[in-house]
Amino acid sequence: MGMTITEKILAAHSERERVEPGEIIEARIDLALANDITAPLSLEEFHKVGASRVFDEEKVVFVLDHFTPNKDILSAENCKIIREFSKKYGIKHIYEGGECGVEHALLPEKGLVVPGDVVIGADSHTCTYGALGAFSTGVGSTDLTYGMVTGRIWLKVPESIKFHCHGQWREWVSGKDLILHIIGMIGVDGALYSSMEFDGDAISALSMESRFTIANMAIEAGGKNGIFKVDEKTLAYVKDRGQRPPRVYESDPDARYRQVIDIDVAALAPKVALPSLPSNVTDAEKVSHLEIDQVVIGSCTNGRIEDLEVAARILKGHKVAPYVRCIIIPATPAVYREAMDRGYFSIFLDAGCIISPPTCGPCLGGHMGILAKGERAVATTNRNFIGRMGHPESEVCLAGPAVAAASAIKGRIAVPGEVM
Amino acid sequence: MKTNLKGRIWKFGDNIDTDIIIPAIYLANTDPQVLGAHCMEPLDPDFPKKAKEGDIIVAGLNFGCGSSREHAPIAISALGIPLVIAKSFARIFYRNAFNKGLALLEADLADYAEEGEEIEVDLGTGIIKCKRAEIQAKPIPPFMVELINEGGLIKYLKKKLED
Repeated sequence: MGMTITEKILAAHSERERVEPGEIIEARIDLALANDITAPLSLEEFHKVGASRVFDEEKVVFVLDHFTPNKDILSAENCKIIREFSKKYGIKHIYEGGECGVEHALLPEKGLVVPGDVVIGADSHTCTYGALGAFSTGVGSTDLTYGMVTGRIWLKVPESIKFHCHGQWREWVSGKDLILHIIGMIGVDGALYSSMEFDGDAISALSMESRFTIANMAIEAGGKNGIFKVDEKTLAYVKDRGQRPPRVYESDPDARYRQVIDIDVAALAPKVALPSLPSNVTDAEKVSHLEIDQVVIGSCTNGRIEDLEVAARILKGHKVAPYVRCIIIPATPAVYREAMDRGYFSIFLDAGCIISPPTCGPCLGGHMGILAKGERAVATTNRNFIGRMGHPESEVCLAGPAVAAASAIKGRIAVPGEVM
Repeated sequence: MKTNLKGRIWKFGDNIDTDIIIPAIYLANTDPQVLGAHCMEPLDPDFPKKAKEGDIIVAGLNFGCGSSREHAPIAISALGIPLVIAKSFARIFYRNAFNKGLALLEADLADYAEEGEEIEVDLGTGIIKCKRAEIQAKPIPPFMVELINEGGLIKYLKKKLED
C-alpha cells in the first residue's frame, strides 16, 4: 500500500518508514508560529514550564498582525510581551510595524516555509502552507508552547480525502470559488480530522495565490491540513525565497484515500457563502438582490497581489456605490509596494476605496472595519460566523475578489459581468 | 480531574464556533474571568450569569469549529463548567480543551436530554445517565487519557524537562 504526501511528510518527521491513519505520532517541526492574540497565552505557559530557551531561535516566528497597529492598550501590552520575550530569548523572526504582514501571506513570501516542512501555528489558518507541499496545521497556544520548547508536536495521522479537479476555468472564477464550492458540497465538518489533498489539471493551471487561498480554507471544512503536489510553479515560487532547500514528496498512485471526489471546474460560477457558515454557498448571481454596506478585500485568504489585480481590473474607472465602504488590505508590505508600483492605488483611490495597512483586523471583527447592527458585508475573508465582523446581528458574505469588487460598485452582491 | 460529575445541562445546536464561544473583540484579554463573562455572548448575552458552577454544555455536531483561540476552552472553564458533551468536536478545539483541563465527551446526548435537566456522567467509563436514557460516549483516546493523568500538556512537558 502506498502513502499520501501527508503520510510521507509525517513519516519523515517522525523517523519512521511509514505511518498509518489513526496512529498517534510525535513529529519534528520545522517552524512554530504565533500571533499577537495567541502568543501571549503561549508565553505564559512557557514561563510556567520553566524552560530556559526555545528549541531553535531561527524556527520560532511571531507575527503581530491581528490587533495591530494596536487598537487599544491591552493589545499594545500583548505586543510588548512578545517583543520583550523575543529580545530575551533571541527570536530571529519577529515581524511588526512596517515589516508586518498578514502571517499566512508573509511566511511563504519570506521563504520561511518550504516544500516538505512540518509547520504548526497558533492560528487555525496555518493550513495555508499546504499550497507549498508542506504539512501545516493550526494548534492552540499550549500545543505551540510544547512545540517551541521541544521542537516536536504530537499528532494523529489523518485520513486523506482527494479532490481531483479538472476542466477549463471560466473567466472570473478562481481558487476561492472552488474552495467555497467544496465546503458547500461536503459541509463545515465534511473533512473533520482529515487531510484534504487537491490535484488534477485544473489545479496545475492555478497560480500559487489561488492555491494558498484553497489550502487556507481547508480548516473551514474541518480539515487538519490541505495539501498540493509540488510542481514547477511551486519550485519557481520558492526558488529565490526559500531559506532552506525544498524536500519534494508525492502521493503514491496506490495511496489510500477515505474518499476521492471528482470536480469539473468548468461548471463553476462565481460563488458566495451566505451568513453564517462558510458552507452556505450559492452562485453569486442568484443573490444579486442582497444590498451591502461594506466590502473588504484582503486577509490571509485573498490579500495577495493577484487578488488586488482582479479588484483593480474591475474597479478601474468606477466608483464605489454611495454609502458603501470598500476597504482594501494588501496582505504584506511587499504586496503593498507592488500594488502601488503597478498603479492600483490610484485606481482604488479614484474609486473611493480605503487602503489599509496590512492587518487581520476586519476579518475577525478586531478593528478597522467593524459592522454595526443590521449591516451586511461582502468580504474575501474566510469566515462568516455570527458576529464575525462586528455586531451579532450583522452579516458577512464570503466571496472572491471579483465578486467583492463588483459588489462594491453596485452596492449589492454583483458578478463582474454586470460592471465590465 | 474529577471523574464522576453531576450537573444541569445547557443545550446548544450544531457548529457552535469559537467566535460564539468567545468573540474576537475580547481576545486582547487573557484574564479567564473577563473571558468567562462574555462566553456565548452572540447567542445569549445572559449565559455567563445563568450558568452555575458544575453545569454541563450539551451540543450537536462540530462544536468548537473555527479559530484556534485557546481563549474558548478558558472562557467555558471560567464559568465553572467542567465538561462539554457534543456529537462531534472540531479538532483544534478538542486538543485545546484537553490541554487546558476542560473535559470533552463525544455522544448523541442532545437527542435525548432536555435543557435544564440534571445528568450524571462517569468520565472514566464514558457512561452518561439522563432522564430518558443511558448513553455510552465514545472512549477518550488512550493518549489523551495519559495526558490527563499526567495533569495536562504543560505538566507533562515540565516533567519531561526535569527528567
